[in-house]
Amino acid sequence: MSILVHENTQVVVQGITGSEGTFHVQRMKEYGTKIVAGVTPGKGGTTHLGVPVFNTVEEAVAQTGANASAIFVPPFFAAEAVMEAAEARVGVIVCITEGIPTFDMIKVKAYLGGRESALIGPNTPGIISPGKCKIGIMPGHICKRGTIGIISRSGTLTYEAIQQATKLGYGQSTAVGMGGDPIIGLKFIDFLKRFKEDEETEAVILIGEIGGTAEEEAAEYIRREFNKPVVGFIAGQTAPPGRRMGHAGAIIAGGKGTAAEKIEALKKAGVHVAISPADIGSMLKRALES
Amino acid sequence: MKIHEFQAKSILSRFGVQVPRGEVADAPPKAREIAQRIGPKVVLKAQVHAGGRGKGGGIRVATNPEEAEDIARQMIGMILVTPQTGPEGKEVRRLLVEEALNIRRELYLGIVIDRAREAAVIMASTEGGVEIEKVAAEKPDLIFKEYVGQTTGLLGFQARRLAFKLGLEGDTHKQAVKFIAALYRAFEASDASLAEINPLVVTGQGSVLALDAKMNFDDNALPRHVDINAMRDLGEESPLEVEASKSNLNYIKLDGDVGCMVNGAGLAMATMDIIKYSGGAPANFLDIGGGVSETAVTNAFKILVSDKDVKAALINIFGGIVRCDMVAGGIVKAAREIGLKIPMVVRLEGTNVDLGKKILKESGLAFVSAPDMKTAAEKVVALVKGGN
Repeated sequence: MSILVHENTQVVVQGITGSEGTFHVQRMKEYGTKIVAGVTPGKGGTTHLGVPVFNTVEEAVAQTGANASAIFVPPFFAAEAVMEAAEARVGVIVCITEGIPTFDMIKVKAYLGGRESALIGPNTPGIISPGKCKIGIMPGHICKRGTIGIISRSGTLTYEAIQQATKLGYGQSTAVGMGGDPIIGLKFIDFLKRFKEDEETEAVILIGEIGGTAEEEAAEYIRREFNKPVVGFIAGQTAPPGRRMGHAGAIIAGGKGTAAEKIEALKKAGVHVAISPADIGSMLKRALES
Repeated sequence: MKIHEFQAKSILSRFGVQVPRGEVADAPPKAREIAQRIGPKVVLKAQVHAGGRGKGGGIRVATNPEEAEDIARQMIGMILVTPQTGPEGKEVRRLLVEEALNIRRELYLGIVIDRAREAAVIMASTEGGVEIEKVAAEKPDLIFKEYVGQTTGLLGFQARRLAFKLGLEGDTHKQAVKFIAALYRAFEASDASLAEINPLVVTGQGSVLALDAKMNFDDNALPRHVDINAMRDLGEESPLEVEASKSNLNYIKLDGDVGCMVNGAGLAMATMDIIKYSGGAPANFLDIGGGVSETAVTNAFKILVSDKDVKAALINIFGGIVRCDMVAGGIVKAAREIGLKIPMVVRLEGTNVDLGKKILKESGLAFVSAPDMKTAAEKVVALVKGGN
């Protein structure tokens, strides 16, 4: 198996007729992703790249049975696009859009509470279950089908990890970018829970970075109940403090948010932490062989 | 984005936050004029994007308009050094001249976004005038918090509770409740990431006012706040960072001597880390982004080499959507234009990597190529050390 996206995932693309949407729909189709519908308000009834276009997500789901969405709409419209997909009960919503205002995401998260949809992102490269389905902008050709789960807050650093794993012969069950924004949908723990249940996944690579406390929360979960090997890397060990966060930001984290603290938390939880980003692959090998 | 104190106060007062009477002076006679109107006793406050101004002589009191002009003459044009400016300091170009208040108590009030709770959090403390991180570390029980619900907004009882915890009573309590509500309205309506009133003061007459005010904004939301966006003061930012932002590049200057240029923020941080791990020190963070063009690559290259501290550079590209041949083309073009004055190690990987390597090789320029991140970092660090 894999998590969240599989062979039977059928995708509706919101913003399919835009330049980003057009470019990546072609790449996704080439990879073999089943793109069953597109949504661009006002262009319903037309066809784009051989895909039927609808005015609303609700209509697209009713007509095609789409069970996942990829969002490529501009930042100020993306929050609404997520809510429209959730309202249409799309199971997995992948929001690629970068630059959504934080307050818009606070509204989205409140809206999603109690609904069934799982949101990935925003500001994510997307998710790929190699050989089955790719939603987003990841380069499919570096991935290989296998048993390693990868979760990351980054884009290109995820590709780096995928490639290091692939080069050593370790394919991936599912690789996912959870998004680089402060407020996002699914977090490390949500993915770890799914990887725990997934029989195909043997080990997980977790790539975090400075800021927030998602890695510490993940470490706590891993220590408590995650039973597969985990390899970790935290980017930003040399990042200067205070460049992104204002004065009062530090107080909420209660001193949390530095790479050193995250690494410490992961190590305490038994995670095999690579200090150098070049060692992610070799650390995985060691973790699996030990 | 950061703004000045006087700008923050102008935004806040539009929402009903009480601030002292004051005006901006960019020349000494103006300071005198303002003092004549609102004084005679006034406070002159240097307007720079840095805290801790009082410690460096950036906040001074004048007892009459003549003295205000004299002090303004000393302050305008001075280089103000505070714990937050770094040793180079910041030039003072403007002063906020405010009425001097009779202060009875100094409190703290701040609003930020709590990422874990996915909500705005209002923080209040009886320990005003001190850095709040210090209070959080030493006396965390003196910080009171209220989380704002997305569907309800800030509720009246939450504001009242905070004001009671600050020990306020009677009319002062009522004023504080209004103040808190107004501050939250300003925070949400302007898409702020930080609104901090430190100190919030209670005067001898029992009035509640923002003695200082600091606001930062969510950069993602700025396009929908034209008025706030116009408050950006480029004079307060590092010239290289301003230049980079014009090309939509994410650049942050650091202290080291190994420059780096990377696609993607995570990989850029990881590249800085591996330079350090290999015994070097990164000179910058530079993320050229995902949907980058050849022109952006050329601009990034120019910014990278225009930093005089950079002795060698590492270009680390993992082509996903970005094609290595396009990046290589941009690098070669820039190097031909301005010359390859420092050693440069290039690591290309991913989409069209062979084509990219070919372009670099056939350029005849002395790029050092590296097959992976580790080798690239070791090579660039060796080049810097060899050059010393």
